[in-house]
Amino acid sequence: MDELLTEFLTESQEYLETVDRQMVEFESNPSNVDFLRNVFRVLHTIKGTCGFLGLHRLEAIAHAGETLLGHLRDGAPATPATVTLILQVIDRIKMILQTLASAGREPDGDDGDLISALDGARTMADPSGSASSGEAREAATDRGPAPAAKSGEASLDELERVFRDTEGPDLAARPAPKPAPAPLPAPVADEAGEARPGNQTIRVQVGTLEHLMTMVSELVLTRNQLIEIARREDDQHFKLPLQRLSLITAELQDGVMKTRMQPIGNAWNKLPRLVRDLSAELGKKIELVMDGADTELDRQVLELIKDPLMHMVRNSADHGIESPADRMAKGKPETGRIRLSAGHAGGSITIRIADDGRGLNVTQIRAKALEAGLASAADLDRMTDAQAARFILHAGFSTAASVSNVSGRGVGMDVVKSNVEAIGGAIDITSEPGRGTTFSVKIPLTLAIVSVLIVTVADQRYAIPQAAVRELVRVRPGSAHAVETVNGASVLRLRERLLPVVTLSSLLQAGESAPGTGLVVVIQFGQQQFGLLVDAVLQTEEIVVKPLNSGLKSIPLFSGNTILGDGAVVLILDANGLARLVGNGEADEVSSEGAASACLEEDDASQTILVFQGGGAVKAVPLSLVTRLEEIDAARIEQASGRPLVQYRGRLMPIICASEAMRLPDNGLQPLVIFSDGHRTMGMAVEAILDIVTQTVDIDFSDHEKGVLGSAVISGRATEVIDLAHYLTLAYPDWLAAPKATAEATPSRVLLLEQSDFLRDMLLPVIRAAGHVPVPCANLKEGLALLEARAGLSMIVADVENEASGGLDLVRALAGHPRHGQVPIVGLVSIPHPELAARAHAAGLGELVAKFDRPALLAALRRTPHGMMEAA
Amino acid sequence: MITQSQETRSLAATKADGSGEIAYVAMKVGGQIFGLPINDVHEVFSVTRITPVPLAPPMVTGLINLRGRVVTAICLRTLLGLDETPGRQDRMAVGLESGGELFALLVDSVGDVMRFHASTLEPCPVHIGGVWRSVSHGVHRLETGILVILDLKRALGTMQRAA
Repeated sequence: MDELLTEFLTESQEYLETVDRQMVEFESNPSNVDFLRNVFRVLHTIKGTCGFLGLHRLEAIAHAGETLLGHLRDGAPATPATVTLILQVIDRIKMILQTLASAGREPDGDDGDLISALDGARTMADPSGSASSGEAREAATDRGPAPAAKSGEASLDELERVFRDTEGPDLAARPAPKPAPAPLPAPVADEAGEARPGNQTIRVQVGTLEHLMTMVSELVLTRNQLIEIARREDDQHFKLPLQRLSLITAELQDGVMKTRMQPIGNAWNKLPRLVRDLSAELGKKIELVMDGADTELDRQVLELIKDPLMHMVRNSADHGIESPADRMAKGKPETGRIRLSAGHAGGSITIRIADDGRGLNVTQIRAKALEAGLASAADLDRMTDAQAARFILHAGFSTAASVSNVSGRGVGMDVVKSNVEAIGGAIDITSEPGRGTTFSVKIPLTLAIVSVLIVTVADQRYAIPQAAVRELVRVRPGSAHAVETVNGASVLRLRERLLPVVTLSSLLQAGESAPGTGLVVVIQFGQQQFGLLVDAVLQTEEIVVKPLNSGLKSIPLFSGNTILGDGAVVLILDANGLARLVGNGEADEVSSEGAASACLEEDDASQTILVFQGGGAVKAVPLSLVTRLEEIDAARIEQASGRPLVQYRGRLMPIICASEAMRLPDNGLQPLVIFSDGHRTMGMAVEAILDIVTQTVDIDFSDHEKGVLGSAVISGRATEVIDLAHYLTLAYPDWLAAPKATAEATPSRVLLLEQSDFLRDMLLPVIRAAGHVPVPCANLKEGLALLEARAGLSMIVADVENEASGGLDLVRALAGHPRHGQVPIVGLVSIPHPELAARAHAAGLGELVAKFDRPALLAALRRTPHGMMEAA
Repeated sequence: MITQSQETRSLAATKADGSGEIAYVAMKVGGQIFGLPINDVHEVFSVTRITPVPLAPPMVTGLINLRGRVVTAICLRTLLGLDETPGRQDRMAVGLESGGELFALLVDSVGDVMRFHASTLEPCPVHIGGVWRSVSHGVHRLETGILVILDLKRALGTMQRAA
């Protein structure tokens, strides 16, 4: 019986949530019989099961409610009073269900009051004239008093009745719709369809799904490891099955993700009812409009934002919307409107709660902030209205003249803020006096897989969520970026700002690292920005977050742990906890200029460049080509047959000076820029690493100087952009041997079709590095013209993702081409995606490479001209 | 009441049978033999790599990857206030589950399974020391020495309190 009861409870709760929403809609549109029928059916189902389970109190009240609904369904007019009464029935049922869930039995008490009120309403509502309510009314009068009188075991009689009732909805549904007297258009048929309990679904334990998700996430990570290995081995046998595995895994991940997705409408179900009750309570007229209720997001995230959303809607109703009289006086419609909307945007979901009320009183907020000592008068003067508005997110901040029953209870905006931030989201407020306030909540789609930066401190690795990392700065005493101390506190001068810096090793009490040497990870949490000094930064990884053992949760620095690709357990640093330890210094507003330059990614027009000094000249190389930056003890450098070598990560690595004019020192620290490709690794000795800058780079190509690709102006200085291919061959004469051999016979030309200037510039050096002569073009027309004009193309590298590039058209055009039909083609995509792969395959293209996957592209280029495509 | 019910059996014997006997996994720490009810023990494994957790209570040695699950390693030596054995890389661990979370109890060595009749359990000697008494709920006498029965919940509870 226990299991039955649990199932009954879950089912009933789900039904009731939909009922809540439907009742309010019904009130505003009383002619919609579909809604009525649904609500009726829910009550009926509950009643039927109750009788079966021996829950008499619940049965009696569900029955009374059902009877009244039956009358409404048969055409009696729905007045606000009847709707309120039915909502009361639902509340009472909820209350009883709650006790049932916690205590396992119905609460003591009597619902005589409510039942007699329902009976009263029914007599009033009885459409005595319309004569359409044959069966239902008859049944009702006949059953009405019976359940209340009953107690004890279920009798045969009762059982039989339950059976009869179970058939009920069908019987009722078939003859009933002699619908409402005035046949108004019955709208929203789809709504009704959606609400009907579907039979195409099965109930699955959440735990099962979570487990499935974890396993898939692990599978994704394992696949990533495999791909990494296959890339290094460059074994053709592995490639095809691996590509298939890769696609299947991606689809599996998508599929499992979908099972966790729920429409955000599930979190909104309670809101229409909430707003309805609030408007009655506050004496306001409020209309709730919901857009994008079908936007799906992760179940876990959904649960976490339910309460914050409810609070914000409650706030809008209480503080935002004015009383009807005030609204009329201002020439606004009497009924206030709260608009809830949700939509996807680039891996996150934005939920907006907008009201058309009075707007935030910024003057009052400023005064209150001053009074509460949150900011000085001078600071407040400098703040924009939008900045000042954010004070309402502070704990204990309220501008309401009186704390009303409505907003006095529950969570405050500060709790909303911390809840949203805890899941990596952010809140934005815009407000216009007299026009309304809009809260925008941006939250991630899922919490299952997180991208992290792996850092080391005292020989231990830690993970920092990438979302919190703004940039990395290498620091060393005496260099341009040095950590200074002010009264024992470390700071870093960064673009004219002083950034507080904490040493991770001392936070963790994990031994001493060299003072002020290492990398500063600039972390942004909310409005706070600070630097975290670590020994080294290794790489970024996608990880599956696992919760910490409950005995360790009290350590504020860690938010969880994970298992890395190599099997090691690594702790995940909590940006929130770190920020608190750094000191909750006043909201450190980032100047917009600072924020813009701090942003290292996602700017299509610019490129991230490593700037260093070698042989007295300032040189640069795209950071995307660099594997790592290291400093080694110069004494460790050995000489073998006249060439410098160093033992690095268990292998001998050749060292090449960035300039022939440079000499390697005998002792001291030697900075190295490490480049690696497969199992080959080379260290480029430089005099100093100067900077990492992100900017647009225009290279003036020069063909004359060895090892120089050209020159460019970087950070206002003329800088030589190095030709990596030159250095690679210095380190390993055979590094580019295979393509070079063909290059000598006939100049091996590679057509590069890429629409974006930036990406083209980024890819050109890669092709050159592989020993080919790139022939760039920006669109299909140019590409075809070049093909007609030139012979001896050994390969085509084409963007096949962007329709504007026309890469796929080119592939199709070449399929039967007399001269170029046999030329291998490598497709470029930003992220290999199953759908794209299928499209490319259909066009006759075998190999896809991610644009930013330099090693894969180099490997593909090296396979020319023998490699060809495996498939197609 | 020194009966001869004490006997060692292979690991295949897992459950206390109807005779009122309880099977314990014996483990050694600092020369002392401890017993854990075999139903509490998931597995015995040797540990090679432990990730230390800074700021954690001292008995938490770190985190272990056990077939893709993260296990919290508790050092029984530290828990009992004994000196840490220096420089031991491969340690034996007893895998346990408590409150849905996985733990590994690090010990010096793991021995056989011993069976005792419940009636031969004696209370801990009053003077064995506060920590020891707080993690044990009784002892069995062996032919040579004493088997101290560990109370898993209380032992792990000390970690939560220390945290």
